Amino acid sequence: MNIPASDPKSVTGKPLIIDEKVDVLIIGAGAAGLEAAIGAAARGFGVLLVDENPVPIRTMGDDVPLHFGQGMAANARNRNAMTEAFVASEPRIEEAFETGIDVRLGTACWGLYANGTALGWMPGLVAGLADEERSFLIEAKHVILACGRRDMGLGFPGWEKPGVMGATAALNLATRYGALGPRRVVVLGSGTEALTTALALRETGVAIAAIVEQAREAVGDAALLLSLRHGGTEILTGHVVREATGRESVEAALVAVLDETGRPVPDERGIACDGIVLAVGATPVIDLIDAAGCKVTFQPERGGYAPTLDAGQRTSIANVYAVGDCAGIWAAKTRDRTIAEAEAARAVAALGTAAADDQAERPPSPEYDISGYRLAWVRASVVEARTEFHVCQCEEVTAREILEVRPPRNLDWQSERRNDRSLSTLLGEGPPNPDQIKRLTRAGMGPCQGRRCREQIAALLALGAAQPLSAIPLAGYRAPTRPMPLSMTAPVPEAPQQAEHWDTWFGMHAQWVPFWEVPARYTVATNDATGPVASE
Amino acid sequence: MSAIKGASVVIVGGGVTGLSAGWWLARDGVDVLVLEKGLIGWEASGRNGGGCSHHHSPLFAEEQRLWPLMDELLGYPTEFRGERVRLAASEHQMALYGRALRNAERQGFASEVLDVKQAKEMVPLAGGTIVGGYHYKFGGHANPHRTLQAYAWAMQDHGGRILQHTTVTGFRSEGGRVTIVETDRGSIGCDSLVLAAGPQTGRLSAMLGQEVPVQSARCEMIVTEPLPLMPLGGVDGCGLYGRQTLRGNLAYGGGPHEWLALAEQGTPAKPTTPLMLHIGKRLAELLPKAAHARIIRSWAGVIENTPDGRPVIDRLESQANVVVATLSSVGFGLSPASGHAIRDLMLDGACSFADISTFKLSRFAELEPNWRELQGWQVKAASEALAA
Repeated sequence: MNIPASDPKSVTGKPLIIDEKVDVLIIGAGAAGLEAAIGAAARGFGVLLVDENPVPIRTMGDDVPLHFGQGMAANARNRNAMTEAFVASEPRIEEAFETGIDVRLGTACWGLYANGTALGWMPGLVAGLADEERSFLIEAKHVILACGRRDMGLGFPGWEKPGVMGATAALNLATRYGALGPRRVVVLGSGTEALTTALALRETGVAIAAIVEQAREAVGDAALLLSLRHGGTEILTGHVVREATGRESVEAALVAVLDETGRPVPDERGIACDGIVLAVGATPVIDLIDAAGCKVTFQPERGGYAPTLDAGQRTSIANVYAVGDCAGIWAAKTRDRTIAEAEAARAVAALGTAAADDQAERPPSPEYDISGYRLAWVRASVVEARTEFHVCQCEEVTAREILEVRPPRNLDWQSERRNDRSLSTLLGEGPPNPDQIKRLTRAGMGPCQGRRCREQIAALLALGAAQPLSAIPLAGYRAPTRPMPLSMTAPVPEAPQQAEHWDTWFGMHAQWVPFWEVPARYTVATNDATGPVASE
Repeated sequence: MSAIKGASVVIVGGGVTGLSAGWWLARDGVDVLVLEKGLIGWEASGRNGGGCSHHHSPLFAEEQRLWPLMDELLGYPTEFRGERVRLAASEHQMALYGRALRNAERQGFASEVLDVKQAKEMVPLAGGTIVGGYHYKFGGHANPHRTLQAYAWAMQDHGGRILQHTTVTGFRSEGGRVTIVETDRGSIGCDSLVLAAGPQTGRLSAMLGQEVPVQSARCEMIVTEPLPLMPLGGVDGCGLYGRQTLRGNLAYGGGPHEWLALAEQGTPAKPTTPLMLHIGKRLAELLPKAAHARIIRSWAGVIENTPDGRPVIDRLESQANVVVATLSSVGFGLSPASGHAIRDLMLDGACSFADISTFKLSRFAELEPNWRELQGWQVKAASEALAA
């Protein structure tokens, strides 16, 4: 049989050049990732454990991977000290080193690739990693994602000021690095995640001026709340932050009471603080998980969009597991690391075994309706804000511009017609899609990759469409899930046979024959596919 | 299930070709309904480089005439900007890219050959990697997302309708004419049909008794954070196509494609690959002064091609009231003209502004049945879905 040559412009026969191969790649060296690494090594697997921490201060300055809000103290510039502090603050990192595990800190994973219905080019599971100098590719038989958590952003006038930051960022800077700038903070939110964050910050010497909660009652653990109250923290339920004031950075939070309709009353008072910690919604970090194509659904009992998992922590992609906070966040898990460690142990036990049909055990029901709670926060803080501000800080898009689906201001679009094209005209038959809104308004399109705004935009769209948060599709994540300088791509080699074929679109000679030279009939046999070809 | 009101012309496919055709028809007062299985512009139409410079095509002159008018005609911004530059990193590329000049000149469009100094002046982000380039005083680039929505809104302004999340499952005909489009949301009556369903065009045309031969592939692009605007954003070369957006981002694509066996229905997955790195490396070669810029996203699109890569815009022989259209992986830039051609074919029976005989289906009359295999368009991806 005459086997035809493959299309030279296609991926067929163009091997991807892989830097290293490992049995098990584990992404994230927190409680779950460490347990997974130590456990997998004990089972005899070759393990590579990577963690992006300590994140270079420039990256922190871009609010990647967490909303650091410029809240880094000066000592965050000392990279060696940051590395030492990071290792010292988690004894099991040393244990992993001593076990002989290949632990690489300061190494981020920016992409995970698996073959599927629309991809057959990968030699197996491929992960893209990057340290400060270069990007490289790893092939792994198994990947365990232990990527942790981040926080829903929540805007109000002045929220772009240094000192407004996510709870996870504040907690990491304070407890892992001893490098948190603000010394007196207001914490937004009263869920268990918010309260444990406040208490942990207090432990490190940060004064917790107030807990601000839009709901009538605090939603988290009463004992934690009491402990804060006894320590002198004001508990302001039925309140919202109207503005963060200050010249260079946050100097005060102006707060106001919400009336029965959820609208802030005109009376305001200032609370002196140099930090405002956003703790209204701890969210699993699913960027790699979603970008890889794992099935992700809105699961309120897991803190929002989270991977669907089986009892062995398997995602929908073969040999890809999720453990720890990126697999779901709930109050008990926040307070007890052994829950995350047990997930890691289940994933390790499942390595190399066939998937079973059993679903993961459902976490306990949330203490409160997280959809209603997060929508209420966005309504009180963003929709009812007294002045417009940028919900998307990168692209400078306001809530109104999002809801009115306005073209970005840089286009300076002045139409004679009144083009009344607001969210309602886009809705059509389905729920509003944040990716569609992103394409039209640029909200969520900037270098922070939507980390600060995506949950707020979803909430705004839900409010605009009178739908629950769960109805709003996830704004898709795409590799690189960490911004990557073009210059860092250069060291990754390309197969020579691939390098030959870039000057053309599909490499089809016939496609670019000018119309005045096109023959009347096309057959493969009579097609002249010789000589150079370039497309336009 | 409530009945969906039929239309004089039902268009299957809310991509750039279907929406442009819908707009052209609606502005002539035709009652138009566009059916889209997902969201409009969600496939290749919204995932391309935004180029508008196709001098090999019989639609070229009309493409060039219309683009500068589109913002005004549509009433919504497309971000169109005229002219392009193509930079060459080698004499080989310089020779290869020169063909555009000859094609364009024959049709009355001017270009200029740039030496290294001139090229660097025109493209401030360029550097020592180039040997020269071309300045095409035609063509240009636009924002695909915004243009897609502009077509849709403009069509609606003229009374056209769009049904998203509506999958076509079959057709019913009477006397050699399609009268009913079957969908997952019920039957929809029509006097005429336009089939402009991208990768699904092959499967759907086969249901109508005359298959348009197409095969799908996945291609990839990347985008960087914004950089200061260059005087001219449409800069190609070094094996890449793309543009600097009006916001300043560099959006570029290129490299190998992967042929796909498309699932029966629905929205195909569009995974990206580490090809992102190879695109990034070339972009840093094309524009060395942008090497510090960070890639913030990559994306893939699924695109159909005919066996010769040329469009099909033709009436089916099997059904008298059906126009089929695929632009064969080069549809965005040509869309103002392709929609016009479809409108002409539908309403007047012939294209008024160009000879589009090279787009006829009859050219495939003697096509080998195993053309995919003969051209080496092998499918590598798993044919079965992974766990859903």
